[in-house]
Amino acid sequence: MRDLPWPARVYLVALIGAVAGLVGWSAVAPGGSAVAGKLDVLLVLMLLFLVCESMPTLLTVEHFAVSVSFSAALAAVVLIGPEGAALVGLTAVLSVRPGLPLIKRVFNGAQFAICGYAAGFVYVWLGGAIGVPEVHEFDDLIGPYVGATAVFVPLNILLTLTMVRLATRVRPVEMPLRGLAQFLLSYFGYGTFGLLVAGLWATIQSISAVLVLVPLFVARWAFGQYHAQQRSYDATIAALCQAVETKDYYTRGHCTRVSLASGMIAEEVGMGVERMRAIRYAGMLHDVGKLGVPTKVLQKDGPLTEEEFAAIQLHPMRGLEIVQGIDFLDEAFAGIMHHHERHDGKGYPMGLAGDEIPEFARIIAVADAFDSMTSVRSYRGARPVSVAVEELRKGAGTQFDPVMVAAFVRALEREPWQPPRRVDLPPPDAAETPTKDHDDPTMPIQVVTGQ
Amino acid sequence: MTRALRRLRTGQLLLICTAGAVALAGIAHVSAEGLDRPEIAVGFGALIAAGELARLTMPGNREVAPIGAAAALGYTLLLDLSQVQLHHSALQVVAVIAVGMIAGALPHLAVGRPPRLDAMARRLLTGALLAAAFRPLADPLYWLTQGEGGTWWPALGVMVVLIGLMLLIDMLIAAMLRAEQVRTAFRVALRDELNVAFPLGAAVASSGVLLALATHSMDLVALLVFAAPLLVTQVAFRKYAGIRATYLQTVRALSRVTEVGGYVEPGHSRRVSRLAVAVGRELGMAEPELLELEYAALMHDIGQLSLRDPIPGGATVVAEPDQARRIAELGAEVIRQTGVLDRVADLVSRQCDPVSEDPPLASRIIKVVNAYDDLLGGSTDRDRASAALERLRLGAGVAYDADAVEALARVAGRLLLRL
Repeated sequence: MRDLPWPARVYLVALIGAVAGLVGWSAVAPGGSAVAGKLDVLLVLMLLFLVCESMPTLLTVEHFAVSVSFSAALAAVVLIGPEGAALVGLTAVLSVRPGLPLIKRVFNGAQFAICGYAAGFVYVWLGGAIGVPEVHEFDDLIGPYVGATAVFVPLNILLTLTMVRLATRVRPVEMPLRGLAQFLLSYFGYGTFGLLVAGLWATIQSISAVLVLVPLFVARWAFGQYHAQQRSYDATIAALCQAVETKDYYTRGHCTRVSLASGMIAEEVGMGVERMRAIRYAGMLHDVGKLGVPTKVLQKDGPLTEEEFAAIQLHPMRGLEIVQGIDFLDEAFAGIMHHHERHDGKGYPMGLAGDEIPEFARIIAVADAFDSMTSVRSYRGARPVSVAVEELRKGAGTQFDPVMVAAFVRALEREPWQPPRRVDLPPPDAAETPTKDHDDPTMPIQVVTGQ
Repeated sequence: MTRALRRLRTGQLLLICTAGAVALAGIAHVSAEGLDRPEIAVGFGALIAAGELARLTMPGNREVAPIGAAAALGYTLLLDLSQVQLHHSALQVVAVIAVGMIAGALPHLAVGRPPRLDAMARRLLTGALLAAAFRPLADPLYWLTQGEGGTWWPALGVMVVLIGLMLLIDMLIAAMLRAEQVRTAFRVALRDELNVAFPLGAAVASSGVLLALATHSMDLVALLVFAAPLLVTQVAFRKYAGIRATYLQTVRALSRVTEVGGYVEPGHSRRVSRLAVAVGRELGMAEPELLELEYAALMHDIGQLSLRDPIPGGATVVAEPDQARRIAELGAEVIRQTGVLDRVADLVSRQCDPVSEDPPLASRIIKVVNAYDDLLGGSTDRDRASAALERLRLGAGVAYDADAVEALARVAGRLLLRL
């Protein structure tokens, strides 16, 4: 409580006061007795609410976590009435979700209670009958129930966002419209669980809650498995890509940083979640084909012969060959294949120009060159970010897509770049020191021709 | 089609024929007698078709259609709709399931994704079995729910028990098919099936019961409302199955970097992993262990990436033992970097240990299979294969695990026969 800024404290106290007022008023009002007669129902719903509230989030959309607990409060609206819904919502105080401090639980309890009461009020106002619905009454239930959900969900979001804003003093994160739509949709979808519980109460009482919960728990389990696998997958792909780089002391960590920078650009140009994920993987994997190029060619001092240059030009194709069996978006493959194309058509392997170059490739090209310039190379030190950005600007329109360069510059202003801090220098006995990097735009590859 | 048929084994063929016969009987019955309450049949049939359309492949190449299965369950267990008793027969249930499944499979077929006939047959047969068991009881159970002292508890109890039995039979069939298909012990296959199928089975079963009970008060609207919980489950499982598949593909793909870099013979990692998994199955390993074995086998040479120069030909069996151990250790180091595959890293690091140091079974298998492939180099020549096996047998019990060598001999014998 002490850590909270005073507006947040005032807000919290006001909420708690409102809840206390509600409880006090319903104790003296005639509605209070309605709750007393249905203690068993109330208890079951409170338990249901608590179970849902205590299990970590079911679905995370962008920055929001959806918990299905509110469907129990909505069921209480139908079965017991506004006062019952408020009491059910209040149980959030007792939540045992790990990592949730008392102050948050108190806030949750208060806001759920208010939402529950408001939803119940709307339900009654729309003519919904309170009490265990008779089997033939179900159709009359739907309209008022939808109304109650339509009040509960936005009110819940509003109260929570206000608190977040007051407590952290940051502007609430801007949410993409599609994310918001998805979020609201899943929220309303979960609302139907309450309807199911209420509608089935006449037939099998509290068992209905169990039957609704089982698929949800299974879903929760599967989501947990999915997230664990996802994390594990990301770690594995990063480790394997780094293994490809271990031989060259100077390019270590290149793949991870290109992946990061590509993701930053992609976010800036407004890509969706799926494509963002795909481009991160593409950035990670863009150079795996480099292993197919003999090390002595990659690091050769002086101009390359045409055959050697042809070998270098082949590495995007080799990379594509390796990753082809993976079920990525096709765009990711295109990104790996064409990440050395140039805006003016002088790149390789196909010599595509301008818009012919796939979007992913245009992004990776910028990220790739940028990381190469800001990293230490044996033949030069790391360039500062500002110099590298200047180089990118210089190359915009010839080597790079100006749109992507501009997007990257904007992204860099928002979140500063962390260049690789330190390079483990090769052991002194290492015979060859590389004298070039095929990704470095300031050191164009020279090819001996006409022999 | 004939090629597809030839790949099926006797058990699968028997299952598919039985399912086909049952489906035909159901459809014939319906066309002779007509549908009882056609609008309900069509509603549920549509949901079954939608579920079939949204079928997904779980890890281990298992095809499931949770929404379709729950809808089929619901239709089987239906006692009444808005308090009007329903009398559809078991054969009608079979017909609705069959037609719904076929309708849902057609769009897949149109875009060139033929259904897994055995999986479809299994879904249909277990549905038919439950219908045959439950439909005759529907009338008495319905009367128990009526009147003053009417209660739903007996109906609920019977539903739960019968569904439990059905799921058990389903898993038995699945395990039998799987044991035959991938050549593993029935006991192991059954345990794997139980592990994989339990969560989804529980979700489907409770949704099916929910649906059957919901129609008592909710009319056909229940079809839509009930779908919500299961839809969430479906989405979760689809994501999970997707990432599992991508994971395996990625490790398979990236295991090839050693080949592209010229460290090992082309195809070496894939051959070793395939053979290792087959040997692991032969030795009765369960699926989670097999997955670790596969990852370890795919990445067993990844330590070579840290070497300055490729070992000529890459054959670690002819490399110095110290060198081989170093590669194993370097590879394990790479895998440890992931922070999540510690057990796989352990398997890789111990792939060179002699039997006396008691390495894990998976490491022993990798050692044997790796040596075999190094000696054989992907050739399918029978004489060379038996010469390689002879050489491994010489080291059995000392360098190589004797059981693993014998299991490899059996697996290799089968593979060469099939060519």
